[in-house]
Amino acid sequence: MSSNKSANENNGKRSGRISLTSTVLKVKMLLIIAVVVTLYILAVIATDSNPIRVIEGFEHIWNFVKDDLFPPNLDYFTRVWEPLLETWNIAIFGTTFGALLALPVSFLAAGNITTNKYLYRIFRFIFNIIRTVPEVILAVLFVALVGIGDVSGILALTVLTVGIIGKLLSESIESIDPGPIEAIQASGGNKLQVIRYAVLPQVLPQYVSYTLYSLEINVKASVILGFVGAGGIGIILRQQLAMFNYDRVATIILTIFIVVTIIDFISNRVRERLE
Amino acid sequence: MIEFKDVSLVYPNGFKGLKNINLKIEKGEFVVIVGMSGAGKSTLIRSINRMVQPTSGQLIVNGRDITNLKDRQLRGLRTNVGMIFQSYNIVKRMSVLRNVLAGRLGHTGTLRSILGWFPQSDLQLAMRNLERVGIDSKAYQRASNLSGGQQQRISIARVLTQEPAVILADEPVASLDPPTSHKVMKDLKKVSKEDGLTTIVNLHFIDMAMEYADRIIGLRDGELVFDGPISEVTPETFVEIYGRPIKEDDLLGKDDEPEEVDLEDVVK
Repeated sequence: MSSNKSANENNGKRSGRISLTSTVLKVKMLLIIAVVVTLYILAVIATDSNPIRVIEGFEHIWNFVKDDLFPPNLDYFTRVWEPLLETWNIAIFGTTFGALLALPVSFLAAGNITTNKYLYRIFRFIFNIIRTVPEVILAVLFVALVGIGDVSGILALTVLTVGIIGKLLSESIESIDPGPIEAIQASGGNKLQVIRYAVLPQVLPQYVSYTLYSLEINVKASVILGFVGAGGIGIILRQQLAMFNYDRVATIILTIFIVVTIIDFISNRVRERLE
Repeated sequence: MIEFKDVSLVYPNGFKGLKNINLKIEKGEFVVIVGMSGAGKSTLIRSINRMVQPTSGQLIVNGRDITNLKDRQLRGLRTNVGMIFQSYNIVKRMSVLRNVLAGRLGHTGTLRSILGWFPQSDLQLAMRNLERVGIDSKAYQRASNLSGGQQQRISIARVLTQEPAVILADEPVASLDPPTSHKVMKDLKKVSKEDGLTTIVNLHFIDMAMEYADRIIGLRDGELVFDGPISEVTPETFVEIYGRPIKEDDLLGKDDEPEEVDLEDVVK
Protein backbone atom coordinates (compact mmCIF):
# COMPACT_ATOMS: atom_id res chain seq x y z
CA MET A 1 0.00 0.00 0.00
CA SER A 2 2.65 2.48 1.05
CA SER A 3 4.88 1.64 -1.92
CA ASN A 4 1.94 2.23 -4.22
CA LYS A 5 1.39 5.65 -2.76
CA SER A 6 4.99 6.68 -3.19
CA ALA A 7 4.90 5.52 -6.81
CA ASN A 8 1.91 7.75 -7.43
CA GLU A 9 3.69 10.68 -5.85
CA ASN A 10 6.71 10.04 -8.03
CA ASN A 11 4.54 10.12 -11.14
CA GLY A 12 2.98 13.37 -10.03
CA LYS A 13 6.32 15.03 -9.49
CA ARG A 14 7.75 13.84 -12.78
CA SER A 15 6.12 16.17 -15.27
CA GLY A 16 3.24 18.06 -13.68
CA ARG A 17 0.21 17.97 -16.00
CA ILE A 18 -0.06 14.85 -18.18
CA SER A 19 -1.50 15.29 -21.67
CA LEU A 20 -3.35 12.42 -23.37
CA THR A 21 -1.96 13.21 -26.83
CA SER A 22 1.71 13.82 -27.54
CA THR A 23 2.90 17.25 -28.69
CA VAL A 24 4.09 15.81 -32.00
CA LEU A 25 0.60 14.44 -32.74
CA LYS A 26 -1.01 17.80 -31.88
CA VAL A 27 1.27 19.67 -34.29
CA LYS A 28 0.59 17.10 -37.03
CA MET A 29 -3.18 17.35 -36.59
CA LEU A 30 -3.08 21.17 -36.67
CA LEU A 31 -1.04 21.09 -39.87
CA ILE A 32 -3.46 18.67 -41.55
CA ILE A 33 -6.46 20.82 -40.57
CA ALA A 34 -4.70 23.93 -41.90
CA VAL A 35 -3.99 22.24 -45.24
CA VAL A 36 -7.59 21.00 -45.64
CA VAL A 37 -9.08 24.42 -44.82
CA THR A 38 -6.68 26.10 -47.27
CA LEU A 39 -7.76 23.69 -50.02
CA TYR A 40 -11.42 24.57 -49.39
CA ILE A 41 -10.68 28.30 -49.58
CA LEU A 42 -8.66 27.88 -52.77
CA ALA A 43 -11.49 25.85 -54.32
CA VAL A 44 -14.02 28.58 -53.53
CA ILE A 45 -11.77 31.26 -55.03
CA ALA A 46 -10.92 29.22 -58.15
CA THR A 47 -14.51 28.30 -59.02
CA ASP A 48 -16.15 31.48 -57.77
CA SER A 49 -18.84 29.39 -56.12
CA ASN A 50 -19.34 30.20 -52.50
CA PRO A 51 -21.94 28.97 -49.99
CA ILE A 52 -24.00 32.16 -50.40
CA ARG A 53 -24.57 31.45 -54.08
CA VAL A 54 -25.67 27.90 -53.24
CA ILE A 55 -28.18 29.19 -50.69
CA GLU A 56 -29.51 31.75 -53.17
CA GLY A 57 -29.88 28.94 -55.71
CA PHE A 58 -32.34 27.09 -53.48
CA GLU A 59 -35.05 29.50 -54.58
CA HIS A 60 -34.63 28.50 -58.22
CA ILE A 61 -34.75 24.83 -57.32
CA TRP A 62 -37.91 25.34 -55.30
CA ASN A 63 -39.54 27.31 -58.13
CA PHE A 64 -38.61 24.58 -60.63
CA VAL A 65 -40.21 21.90 -58.47
CA LYS A 66 -43.32 24.00 -57.67
CA ASP A 67 -44.05 25.48 -61.12
CA ASP A 68 -42.57 23.03 -63.64
CA LEU A 69 -42.53 19.56 -62.10
CA PHE A 70 -45.78 19.86 -60.15
CA PRO A 71 -48.32 18.43 -60.80
CA PRO A 72 -46.91 15.31 -62.50
CA ASN A 73 -48.76 14.08 -65.57
CA LEU A 74 -49.98 10.72 -64.22
CA ASP A 75 -51.60 9.73 -67.55
CA TYR A 76 -48.13 9.56 -68.99
CA PHE A 77 -47.40 6.53 -66.77
CA THR A 78 -48.89 4.24 -69.42
CA ARG A 79 -45.87 5.19 -71.55
CA VAL A 80 -43.34 4.92 -68.71
CA TRP A 81 -43.73 1.35 -67.53
CA GLU A 82 -42.44 -0.28 -70.68
CA PRO A 83 -39.04 1.45 -70.78
CA LEU A 84 -38.93 0.97 -67.01
CA LEU A 85 -39.25 -2.78 -67.50
CA GLU A 86 -36.46 -2.54 -70.04
CA THR A 87 -34.28 -0.78 -67.46
CA TRP A 88 -35.03 -3.55 -64.95
CA ASN A 89 -34.15 -6.20 -67.54
CA ILE A 90 -30.88 -4.50 -68.36
CA ALA A 91 -30.05 -4.38 -64.66
CA ILE A 92 -30.95 -8.00 -63.97
CA PHE A 93 -29.10 -9.40 -66.98
CA GLY A 94 -26.06 -7.22 -66.31
CA THR A 95 -26.03 -8.35 -62.68
CA THR A 96 -26.46 -12.04 -63.57
CA PHE A 97 -23.72 -12.15 -66.19
CA GLY A 98 -21.44 -10.04 -64.01
CA ALA A 99 -21.97 -12.22 -60.95
CA LEU A 100 -21.34 -15.43 -62.91
CA LEU A 101 -18.14 -14.02 -64.38
CA ALA A 102 -16.93 -12.53 -61.10
CA LEU A 103 -17.12 -15.83 -59.15
CA PRO A 104 -14.23 -17.69 -60.80
CA VAL A 105 -12.20 -14.53 -61.30
CA SER A 106 -12.48 -13.64 -57.57
CA PHE A 107 -10.50 -16.77 -56.68
CA LEU A 108 -7.75 -15.65 -59.06
CA ALA A 109 -7.60 -12.29 -57.25
CA ALA A 110 -7.43 -13.83 -53.76
CA GLY A 111 -3.90 -14.15 -52.38
CA ASN A 112 -4.62 -17.22 -50.26
CA ILE A 113 -5.92 -19.21 -53.26
CA THR A 114 -3.80 -17.91 -56.13
CA THR A 115 -0.29 -18.50 -54.90
CA ASN A 116 1.24 -17.29 -58.17
CA LYS A 117 2.11 -13.69 -57.26
CA TYR A 118 2.00 -12.33 -60.82
CA LEU A 119 -1.35 -13.87 -61.69
CA TYR A 120 -2.77 -12.54 -58.43
CA ARG A 121 -1.43 -9.03 -59.03
CA ILE A 122 -2.69 -8.93 -62.61
CA PHE A 123 -6.26 -9.72 -61.53
CA ARG A 124 -6.10 -7.31 -58.58
CA PHE A 125 -4.94 -4.65 -61.01
CA ILE A 126 -7.77 -5.40 -63.48
CA PHE A 127 -10.39 -5.07 -60.72
CA ASN A 128 -8.91 -1.76 -59.61
CA ILE A 129 -8.88 -0.42 -63.18
CA ILE A 130 -12.52 -1.43 -63.79
CA ARG A 131 -13.62 0.37 -60.67
CA THR A 132 -11.97 3.63 -61.67
CA VAL A 133 -14.07 3.82 -64.87
CA PRO A 134 -17.51 5.41 -64.30
CA GLU A 135 -20.42 3.37 -65.67
CA VAL A 136 -21.40 6.15 -68.10
CA ILE A 137 -17.99 5.91 -69.75
CA LEU A 138 -18.39 2.11 -69.97
CA ALA A 139 -21.80 2.61 -71.58
CA VAL A 140 -20.42 5.13 -74.10
CA LEU A 141 -17.70 2.64 -74.97
CA PHE A 142 -20.13 -0.21 -75.54
CA VAL A 143 -22.58 1.99 -77.49
CA ALA A 144 -19.67 2.81 -79.78
CA LEU A 145 -18.80 -0.90 -80.03
CA VAL A 146 -22.18 -2.62 -80.44
CA GLY A 147 -24.50 0.31 -81.19
CA ILE A 148 -27.43 1.93 -79.42
CA GLY A 149 -29.74 -0.32 -77.41
CA ASP A 150 -30.11 -2.72 -74.48
CA VAL A 151 -27.11 -4.90 -75.33
CA SER A 152 -24.60 -2.12 -74.74
CA GLY A 153 -26.31 -1.36 -71.42
CA ILE A 154 -26.14 -5.01 -70.35
CA LEU A 155 -22.46 -5.23 -71.34
CA ALA A 156 -21.60 -2.03 -69.43
CA LEU A 157 -23.34 -3.30 -66.28
CA THR A 158 -21.73 -6.72 -66.61
CA VAL A 159 -18.28 -5.12 -66.51
CA LEU A 160 -19.34 -2.82 -63.66
CA THR A 161 -20.66 -5.82 -61.68
CA VAL A 162 -17.49 -7.86 -62.21
CA GLY A 163 -15.59 -4.91 -60.76
CA ILE A 164 -17.80 -4.58 -57.68
CA ILE A 165 -18.29 -8.28 -56.84
CA GLY A 166 -14.76 -9.23 -57.82
CA LYS A 167 -13.21 -6.70 -55.49
CA LEU A 168 -15.51 -7.42 -52.52
CA LEU A 169 -15.59 -11.20 -52.93
CA SER A 170 -11.83 -11.62 -53.37
CA GLU A 171 -11.39 -9.71 -50.11
CA SER A 172 -13.95 -11.96 -48.40
CA ILE A 173 -12.10 -15.02 -49.70
CA GLU A 174 -8.86 -13.70 -48.26
CA SER A 175 -10.38 -13.33 -44.80
CA ILE A 176 -11.87 -16.85 -44.46
CA ASP A 177 -10.83 -19.36 -41.80
CA PRO A 178 -7.78 -21.10 -43.34
CA GLY A 179 -8.30 -24.26 -41.23
CA PRO A 180 -10.61 -26.10 -43.67
CA ILE A 181 -8.23 -25.34 -46.57
CA GLU A 182 -5.45 -27.04 -44.62
CA ALA A 183 -7.73 -29.99 -43.84
CA ILE A 184 -8.76 -30.58 -47.46
CA GLN A 185 -5.17 -30.27 -48.65
CA ALA A 186 -4.02 -32.71 -45.95
CA SER A 187 -6.65 -35.24 -47.07
CA GLY A 188 -5.38 -35.28 -50.63
CA GLY A 189 -7.83 -32.84 -52.21
CA ASN A 190 -6.75 -30.80 -55.24
CA LYS A 191 -7.12 -27.06 -55.75
CA LEU A 192 -10.63 -27.17 -57.21
CA GLN A 193 -11.80 -29.44 -54.38
CA VAL A 194 -10.27 -27.04 -51.85
CA ILE A 195 -12.22 -24.18 -53.46
CA ARG A 196 -15.47 -26.16 -53.59
CA TYR A 197 -15.36 -27.71 -50.09
CA ALA A 198 -13.29 -25.29 -47.97
CA VAL A 199 -13.69 -21.83 -49.52
CA LEU A 200 -17.03 -21.64 -51.33
CA PRO A 201 -19.21 -22.70 -48.36
CA GLN A 202 -17.54 -20.01 -46.28
CA VAL A 203 -18.15 -17.13 -48.74
CA LEU A 204 -21.47 -18.16 -50.29
CA PRO A 205 -23.61 -15.82 -48.12
CA GLN A 206 -21.32 -12.90 -48.94
CA TYR A 207 -21.47 -13.76 -52.63
CA VAL A 208 -25.28 -13.64 -52.64
CA SER A 209 -25.23 -10.42 -50.62
CA TYR A 210 -22.76 -8.70 -52.97
CA THR A 211 -24.85 -9.80 -55.96
CA LEU A 212 -27.96 -8.20 -54.50
CA TYR A 213 -25.96 -5.08 -53.66
CA SER A 214 -24.79 -4.94 -57.28
CA LEU A 215 -28.40 -5.26 -58.43
CA GLU A 216 -29.32 -2.20 -56.35
CA ILE A 217 -26.47 -0.22 -57.89
CA ASN A 218 -27.25 -1.51 -61.40
CA VAL A 219 -30.91 -0.48 -61.31
CA LYS A 220 -29.83 3.08 -60.55
CA ALA A 221 -26.96 2.96 -63.03
CA SER A 222 -29.14 1.66 -65.86
CA VAL A 223 -31.35 4.77 -65.53
CA ILE A 224 -28.32 6.90 -66.28
CA LEU A 225 -27.15 4.58 -69.08
CA GLY A 226 -30.21 5.49 -71.17
CA PHE A 227 -28.87 9.03 -71.42
CA VAL A 228 -26.05 7.82 -73.62
CA GLY A 229 -28.25 5.49 -75.65
CA ALA A 230 -27.75 2.23 -73.79
CA GLY A 231 -31.46 1.50 -73.51
CA GLY A 232 -34.11 1.82 -70.82
CA ILE A 233 -35.98 4.60 -69.09
CA GLY A 234 -33.06 7.03 -69.40
CA ILE A 235 -33.87 7.43 -73.09
CA ILE A 236 -37.37 8.83 -72.57
CA LEU A 237 -36.15 10.85 -69.57
CA ARG A 238 -33.65 12.62 -71.79
CA GLN A 239 -36.24 13.11 -74.59
CA GLN A 240 -38.83 14.65 -72.27
CA LEU A 241 -36.21 16.87 -70.63
CA ALA A 242 -35.11 18.13 -74.02
CA MET A 243 -38.71 18.97 -74.93
CA PHE A 244 -39.29 20.74 -71.60
CA ASN A 245 -42.22 18.38 -70.79
CA TYR A 246 -41.59 18.76 -67.09
CA ASP A 247 -44.92 17.27 -66.02
CA ARG A 248 -43.88 14.07 -67.81
CA VAL A 249 -40.36 14.29 -66.41
CA ALA A 250 -41.95 14.46 -62.96
CA THR A 251 -43.89 11.23 -63.63
CA ILE A 252 -40.72 9.46 -64.76
CA ILE A 253 -38.73 10.62 -61.71
CA LEU A 254 -41.55 9.68 -59.34
CA THR A 255 -41.81 6.20 -60.88
CA ILE A 256 -38.04 5.64 -60.68
CA PHE A 257 -38.06 6.83 -57.09
CA ILE A 258 -40.80 4.40 -56.04
CA VAL A 259 -39.37 1.42 -57.91
CA VAL A 260 -35.79 1.97 -56.67
CA THR A 261 -37.04 2.33 -53.10
CA ILE A 262 -38.98 -0.93 -53.30
CA ILE A 263 -36.04 -2.83 -54.82
CA ASP A 264 -33.61 -1.45 -52.23
CA PHE A 265 -35.99 -2.32 -49.41
CA ILE A 266 -36.45 -5.94 -50.51
CA SER A 267 -32.77 -6.39 -51.27
CA ASN A 268 -31.74 -4.96 -47.90
CA ARG A 269 -34.15 -7.23 -46.06
CA VAL A 270 -32.82 -10.32 -47.84
CA ARG A 271 -29.20 -9.28 -47.21
CA GLU A 272 -29.84 -8.76 -43.51
CA ARG A 273 -31.03 -12.36 -43.25
CA LEU A 274 -27.84 -13.64 -44.88
CA GLU A 275 -25.89 -12.99 -41.62
CA MET B 1 5.80 -48.63 -42.19
CA ILE B 2 6.99 -45.12 -41.28
CA GLU B 3 10.70 -44.59 -41.02
CA PHE B 4 12.70 -41.42 -40.42
CA LYS B 5 16.30 -41.77 -41.62
CA ASP B 6 18.39 -38.88 -40.36
CA VAL B 7 15.62 -36.39 -41.10
CA SER B 8 16.33 -32.70 -40.44
CA LEU B 9 14.23 -29.68 -41.15
CA VAL B 10 15.46 -26.10 -41.16
CA TYR B 11 12.81 -23.41 -41.62
CA PRO B 12 13.51 -20.54 -44.05
CA ASN B 13 14.18 -18.23 -41.08
CA GLY B 14 16.99 -20.54 -39.97
CA PHE B 15 15.08 -22.17 -37.09
CA LYS B 16 15.96 -25.84 -36.77
CA GLY B 17 12.64 -27.70 -36.45
CA LEU B 18 14.05 -31.23 -36.53
CA LYS B 19 17.62 -32.38 -35.93
CA ASN B 20 18.73 -35.74 -37.36
CA ILE B 21 15.66 -37.73 -36.39
CA ASN B 22 15.89 -41.52 -36.65
CA LEU B 23 12.68 -43.30 -35.91
CA LYS B 24 10.67 -46.32 -36.96
CA ILE B 25 6.95 -46.71 -36.38
CA GLU B 26 5.27 -50.05 -37.09
CA LYS B 27 1.82 -50.64 -38.52
CA GLY B 28 -1.00 -50.38 -35.97
CA GLU B 29 1.01 -48.62 -33.26
CA PHE B 30 -0.58 -45.85 -31.20
CA VAL B 31 2.30 -43.45 -30.63
CA VAL B 32 2.18 -40.26 -28.59
CA ILE B 33 4.75 -37.55 -29.12
CA VAL B 34 5.43 -35.36 -26.11
CA GLY B 35 7.53 -32.27 -25.63
CA MET B 36 7.21 -28.60 -24.79
CA SER B 37 5.78 -26.19 -27.33
CA GLY B 38 8.42 -25.44 -29.92
CA ALA B 39 10.12 -28.81 -29.40
CA GLY B 40 9.22 -29.92 -32.93
CA LYS B 41 6.15 -32.11 -32.31
CA SER B 42 4.07 -30.45 -35.03
CA THR B 43 7.00 -30.35 -37.43
CA LEU B 44 7.61 -34.07 -36.96
CA ILE B 45 3.99 -34.99 -37.55
CA ARG B 46 3.54 -32.67 -40.51
CA SER B 47 6.64 -34.07 -42.19
CA ILE B 48 4.88 -37.40 -42.56
CA ASN B 49 2.16 -35.96 -44.83
CA ARG B 50 4.52 -33.32 -46.21
CA MET B 51 2.58 -30.34 -44.93
CA VAL B 52 6.14 -29.24 -44.16
CA GLN B 53 9.17 -30.14 -46.22
CA PRO B 54 12.17 -31.87 -44.54
CA THR B 55 15.43 -30.31 -45.71
CA SER B 56 17.57 -33.44 -45.48
CA GLY B 57 17.35 -37.16 -44.80
CA GLN B 58 14.87 -39.78 -45.98
CA LEU B 59 11.34 -40.32 -44.80
CA ILE B 60 9.90 -43.67 -45.81
CA VAL B 61 6.13 -44.14 -45.72
CA ASN B 62 4.81 -47.49 -46.96
CA GLY B 63 8.17 -48.38 -48.44
CA ARG B 64 8.57 -45.17 -50.37
CA ASP B 65 10.67 -42.07 -49.76
CA ILE B 66 8.20 -39.21 -49.66
CA THR B 67 10.59 -36.26 -49.31
CA ASN B 68 10.48 -35.42 -53.02
CA LEU B 69 6.94 -36.28 -54.08
CA LYS B 70 5.23 -33.91 -56.53
CA ASP B 71 1.56 -32.92 -56.98
CA ARG B 72 -0.30 -36.09 -57.88
CA GLN B 73 1.92 -38.44 -55.85
CA LEU B 74 1.77 -36.03 -52.92
CA ARG B 75 -2.03 -36.07 -53.03
CA GLY B 76 -1.85 -39.86 -53.17
CA LEU B 77 0.28 -39.88 -50.01
CA ARG B 78 -2.11 -37.52 -48.23
CA THR B 79 -5.09 -39.65 -49.21
CA ASN B 80 -3.37 -42.49 -47.37
CA VAL B 81 -2.34 -40.39 -44.34
CA GLY B 82 -5.26 -38.66 -42.60
CA MET B 83 -4.95 -35.72 -40.25
CA ILE B 84 -6.79 -34.32 -37.23
CA PHE B 85 -6.17 -30.77 -36.08
CA GLN B 86 -6.28 -28.82 -32.83
CA SER B 87 -8.87 -26.41 -34.21
CA TYR B 88 -10.90 -29.20 -35.92
CA ASN B 89 -10.67 -27.42 -39.31
CA ILE B 90 -14.21 -28.21 -40.33
CA VAL B 91 -16.43 -25.80 -42.26
CA LYS B 92 -18.80 -24.53 -39.58
CA ARG B 93 -21.49 -23.42 -42.02
CA MET B 94 -21.65 -26.81 -43.71
CA SER B 95 -23.70 -29.77 -42.48
CA VAL B 96 -22.01 -32.44 -40.38
CA LEU B 97 -22.46 -35.08 -43.09
CA ARG B 98 -21.02 -32.87 -45.83
CA ASN B 99 -17.98 -32.18 -43.65
CA VAL B 100 -17.47 -35.91 -43.15
CA LEU B 101 -17.87 -36.60 -46.88
CA ALA B 102 -15.09 -34.10 -47.57
CA GLY B 103 -12.84 -36.90 -46.34
CA ARG B 104 -13.61 -38.75 -49.59
CA LEU B 105 -12.25 -36.01 -51.87
CA GLY B 106 -8.92 -37.74 -52.41
CA HIS B 107 -10.80 -40.82 -53.66
CA THR B 108 -13.31 -38.88 -55.78
CA GLY B 109 -12.86 -37.46 -59.28
CA THR B 110 -12.74 -33.66 -59.53
CA LEU B 111 -15.91 -33.27 -61.61
CA ARG B 112 -17.91 -35.67 -59.45
CA SER B 113 -16.85 -33.94 -56.25
CA ILE B 114 -17.48 -30.43 -57.62
CA LEU B 115 -21.04 -31.47 -58.47
CA GLY B 116 -21.40 -33.25 -55.12
CA TRP B 117 -22.17 -36.62 -56.73
CA PHE B 118 -20.73 -38.95 -54.13
CA PRO B 119 -21.47 -42.66 -54.59
CA GLN B 120 -24.10 -44.03 -52.21
CA SER B 121 -21.39 -46.27 -50.71
CA ASP B 122 -19.47 -43.15 -49.63
CA LEU B 123 -22.56 -41.77 -47.93
CA GLN B 124 -23.09 -45.09 -46.15
CA LEU B 125 -19.46 -45.05 -45.03
CA ALA B 126 -19.72 -41.47 -43.78
CA MET B 127 -22.89 -42.21 -41.84
CA ARG B 128 -21.39 -45.36 -40.33
CA ASN B 129 -18.39 -43.40 -39.11
CA LEU B 130 -20.63 -40.72 -37.59
CA GLU B 131 -22.37 -43.55 -35.79
CA ARG B 132 -19.04 -44.87 -34.47
CA VAL B 133 -18.26 -41.51 -32.84
CA GLY B 134 -21.84 -41.18 -31.61
CA ILE B 135 -23.10 -38.13 -33.54
CA ASP B 136 -25.05 -39.76 -36.40
CA SER B 137 -28.24 -38.13 -35.11
CA LYS B 138 -26.69 -34.73 -35.94
CA ALA B 139 -25.79 -35.61 -39.55
CA TYR B 140 -27.92 -32.92 -41.17
CA GLN B 141 -27.27 -30.18 -38.64
CA ARG B 142 -24.93 -27.31 -39.23
CA ALA B 143 -21.51 -28.14 -37.77
CA SER B 144 -21.53 -24.82 -35.87
CA ASN B 145 -24.51 -26.05 -33.82
CA LEU B 146 -22.38 -28.76 -32.22
CA SER B 147 -20.16 -28.46 -29.14
CA GLY B 148 -16.35 -28.45 -29.31
CA GLY B 149 -16.05 -32.12 -28.45
CA GLN B 150 -18.66 -33.03 -31.06
CA GLN B 151 -16.90 -30.87 -33.66
CA GLN B 152 -13.67 -32.76 -33.05
CA ARG B 153 -15.66 -35.99 -33.48
CA ILE B 154 -16.81 -34.69 -36.89
CA SER B 155 -13.17 -34.42 -37.85
CA ILE B 156 -12.47 -37.93 -36.53
CA ALA B 157 -15.38 -39.26 -38.61
CA ARG B 158 -14.01 -37.31 -41.59
CA VAL B 159 -10.58 -38.84 -41.26
CA LEU B 160 -12.05 -42.35 -40.87
CA THR B 161 -14.16 -41.81 -44.00
CA GLN B 162 -10.94 -41.04 -45.81
CA GLU B 163 -9.95 -44.68 -45.06
CA PRO B 164 -6.28 -43.93 -44.49
CA ALA B 165 -3.62 -46.29 -43.18
CA VAL B 166 -2.14 -43.63 -40.90
CA ILE B 167 -3.76 -40.96 -38.74
CA LEU B 168 -1.80 -37.94 -37.61
CA ALA B 169 -3.36 -35.95 -34.78
CA ASP B 170 -1.81 -32.57 -34.00
CA GLU B 171 -2.83 -31.62 -30.42
CA PRO B 172 -6.36 -32.99 -30.99
CA VAL B 173 -7.68 -32.13 -27.53
CA ALA B 174 -5.82 -28.91 -26.74
CA SER B 175 -8.96 -26.79 -27.29
CA LEU B 176 -11.21 -29.00 -25.13
CA ASP B 177 -11.92 -29.18 -21.39
CA PRO B 178 -10.45 -32.12 -19.40
CA PRO B 179 -13.51 -34.46 -19.31
CA THR B 180 -14.23 -33.90 -23.02
CA SER B 181 -10.55 -34.38 -23.82
CA HIS B 182 -10.65 -37.83 -22.26
CA LYS B 183 -13.80 -38.81 -24.13
CA VAL B 184 -12.39 -37.69 -27.47
CA MET B 185 -9.07 -39.48 -26.83
CA LYS B 186 -10.94 -42.66 -25.89
CA ASP B 187 -12.94 -42.45 -29.13
CA LEU B 188 -9.80 -41.87 -31.16
CA LYS B 189 -8.00 -44.80 -29.55
CA LYS B 190 -11.03 -47.07 -29.95
CA VAL B 191 -11.56 -46.44 -33.66
CA SER B 192 -7.88 -46.57 -34.51
CA LYS B 193 -7.51 -49.96 -32.77
CA GLU B 194 -10.69 -51.26 -34.43
CA ASP B 195 -9.42 -50.35 -37.89
CA GLY B 196 -5.79 -51.29 -37.15
CA LEU B 197 -4.60 -47.79 -38.04
CA THR B 198 -1.15 -46.45 -37.28
CA THR B 199 -1.83 -43.40 -35.15
CA ILE B 200 0.58 -40.66 -34.16
CA VAL B 201 -0.70 -38.08 -31.69
CA ASN B 202 0.92 -34.91 -30.35
CA LEU B 203 0.02 -34.19 -26.75
CA HIS B 204 1.59 -31.90 -24.23
CA PHE B 205 -0.11 -33.34 -21.13
CA ILE B 206 2.01 -36.06 -19.58
CA ASP B 207 -0.77 -37.97 -17.86
CA MET B 208 -2.85 -38.09 -21.05
CA ALA B 209 0.11 -39.39 -22.99
CA MET B 210 0.63 -42.16 -20.40
CA GLU B 211 -3.01 -43.11 -20.39
CA TYR B 212 -3.50 -43.59 -24.12
CA ALA B 213 -0.11 -44.32 -25.69
CA ASP B 214 1.41 -47.69 -26.55
CA ARG B 215 4.68 -45.92 -27.03
CA ILE B 216 6.06 -42.51 -26.14
CA ILE B 217 8.39 -40.39 -28.23
CA GLY B 218 9.98 -37.43 -26.49
CA LEU B 219 11.23 -34.40 -28.38
CA ARG B 220 13.29 -31.53 -27.04
CA ASP B 221 14.63 -28.68 -29.19
CA GLY B 222 14.05 -30.70 -32.36
CA GLU B 223 15.94 -33.71 -31.06
CA LEU B 224 14.66 -37.16 -30.19
CA VAL B 225 15.39 -37.57 -26.47
CA PHE B 226 13.21 -40.55 -25.64
CA ASP B 227 11.62 -43.42 -27.53
CA GLY B 228 10.13 -46.43 -25.86
CA PRO B 229 7.01 -48.28 -24.69
CA ILE B 230 5.19 -46.77 -21.71
CA SER B 231 6.52 -49.57 -19.51
CA GLU B 232 9.98 -48.03 -19.84
CA VAL B 233 8.82 -44.54 -18.90
CA THR B 234 9.93 -43.26 -15.47
CA PRO B 235 9.29 -39.88 -13.85
CA GLU B 236 12.85 -38.96 -14.82
CA THR B 237 11.95 -39.53 -18.47
CA PHE B 238 9.69 -36.47 -18.50
CA VAL B 239 12.22 -34.38 -16.61
CA GLU B 240 14.61 -35.28 -19.40
CA ILE B 241 12.08 -34.50 -22.16
CA TYR B 242 10.98 -31.21 -20.65
CA GLY B 243 14.46 -30.26 -19.48
CA ARG B 244 13.03 -29.10 -16.14
CA PRO B 245 11.07 -30.47 -13.16
CA ILE B 246 7.45 -31.41 -13.94
CA LYS B 247 4.79 -28.91 -12.88
CA GLU B 248 1.06 -29.11 -12.25
CA ASP B 249 0.49 -27.41 -15.63
CA ASP B 250 1.99 -30.36 -17.46
CA LEU B 251 -0.87 -32.55 -16.27
CA LEU B 252 -4.40 -32.42 -17.59
CA GLY B 253 -6.02 -34.37 -14.76
CA LYS B 254 -8.50 -37.21 -14.63
CA ASP B 255 -12.07 -37.01 -15.83
CA ASP B 256 -13.52 -35.77 -12.55
CA GLU B 257 -10.66 -34.61 -10.31
CA PRO B 258 -8.58 -32.33 -12.45
CA GLU B 259 -6.50 -31.01 -9.55
CA GLU B 260 -4.94 -33.76 -7.49
CA VAL B 261 -2.76 -35.91 -9.69
CA ASP B 262 0.60 -37.09 -8.48
CA LEU B 263 3.18 -37.76 -11.14
CA GLU B 264 4.33 -40.84 -9.20
CA ASP B 265 0.83 -42.28 -9.63
CA VAL B 266 0.56 -41.44 -13.29
CA VAL B 267 3.91 -43.01 -14.10
CA LYS B 268 3.46 -46.03 -11.82
